Amino acid sequence: MRVTVIDYKAGNLTSVLKALRHLGAEAEVTDGDLAPIERAERIVLPGVGHFAATQRLDATGLTAAIRAAIARGVPFLGICVGMQWLYAGSSEAPEQPGLGHFTESCTRFSESKEKVPHVGWNSLEIRPNSRLLAGIDPGEYVYFTHSYKVPVTADTAAITHYIEPFASAVERGNVMGVQFHPEKSGETGLKILGNFLKWEGNE
Amino acid sequence: MITKRIIACLDVRDGRVVKGVQFVDLIDAGDPATQAARHAREGADEIVLLDITATHEGRQTLLDTVRRTARELFVPFCVGGGIRSADDAAQVFEAGADKVSVNSAALADPMLIDAIGRSFGAQAVVVAIDARRDPEAADPVRDAQVLVQGGRKLTGRRVVEWAREAEAHGAGEILLTSMDSDGMRTGFDCELTAAVSEAVNIPVIASGGAGTVDHFVDVFGRGKADAALAASIFHFGVSSARSLKEELAKAGVSVRLPC
Repeated sequence: MRVTVIDYKAGNLTSVLKALRHLGAEAEVTDGDLAPIERAERIVLPGVGHFAATQRLDATGLTAAIRAAIARGVPFLGICVGMQWLYAGSSEAPEQPGLGHFTESCTRFSESKEKVPHVGWNSLEIRPNSRLLAGIDPGEYVYFTHSYKVPVTADTAAITHYIEPFASAVERGNVMGVQFHPEKSGETGLKILGNFLKWEGNE
Repeated sequence: MITKRIIACLDVRDGRVVKGVQFVDLIDAGDPATQAARHAREGADEIVLLDITATHEGRQTLLDTVRRTARELFVPFCVGGGIRSADDAAQVFEAGADKVSVNSAALADPMLIDAIGRSFGAQAVVVAIDARRDPEAADPVRDAQVLVQGGRKLTGRRVVEWAREAEAHGAGEILLTSMDSDGMRTGFDCELTAAVSEAVNIPVIASGGAGTVDHFVDVFGRGKADAALAASIFHFGVSSARSLKEELAKAGVSVRLPC
């Protein structure tokens, strides 16, 4: 299993790489070199921190290369900000467009008595036939840390409730995303990353 | 539903766990990597490794210990002790930590919080506050004092104020240790924890004073804590984080189970 991990200088890649390698993947990192994307068998886009950091993907040409890879059918997984980037944009950085693969946008949690950011272990309400979440029991917990989220739509693979229901996982065709951190979500998270690594394309 | 986190804390000196070893399997007791893995396996929601000698002896966190501990750990992992600069933090992240905890260095220069957050995200910066009530003050809780050097030195700063300021600088979480309660096993300082938790919009991790399961129930309720640190949960009459969480669930606290 070969996987290309994209480094756009938004946080630390160590944990993601460690989890992928633990699962037996051969992980290659690119921080702007397009060749690894052009030959990629699978792509993971991690990311923590600010949506504005995704500007680097545009500046390096990675956005166009990723778009082409997705069009070729390469399985793609976005984690946290990496998932949010698959959408049209985010109110966290309104001037910075996302990939626009999904048409909705990312918004901040509404004001309420609950704290924002949403930090900690929360449960997944899994939609039927999710490939990414195959074998995960309803109500299993995963680790979140974020202040922005995307809405529930037909492409939503899992819903989580905090202040309001939001999409904690999305998948359509070869493009998948998770708002939580599978690399920090114990056995449940490793199983989800394993599902992504094992997925054989358009079945 | 979001759950309350039980965080296992390993106090480490010279690469060995130095506290909470009396009641556990003595064969494995001293090794941080083994301990962390066991806590994760037995249901801890997160692991904190504090190099307790680092600050006052000016010693760097032992990166090898961090690297070894992080290797097979797939729950959030926070490392503190001796982190005095963004470069120190970067080395600890590189070694596999997900978060760093900063204490006296952030008090000396709060811009350290901004600097680490800029590179690694706000979620990666935990500001640890050692607190003591001020019995002389009109309101001993609101006026509780910040201590440094393992609780030996007063700073003249007020806890609630400093927590707010740390949040404004981009702290992701507050780790609040009550030095009045620490080691006493008489319960967390719920009033102080609630005062801090209500003053900020970031998670507050309560620490110091746990002696029974009820103390945890109390700090998650009355104390409004988002998480609680167990230096050694084996002191509390339970055998693991899992059994502590099972007791908490029975008391109506939302926790990650099964785990």
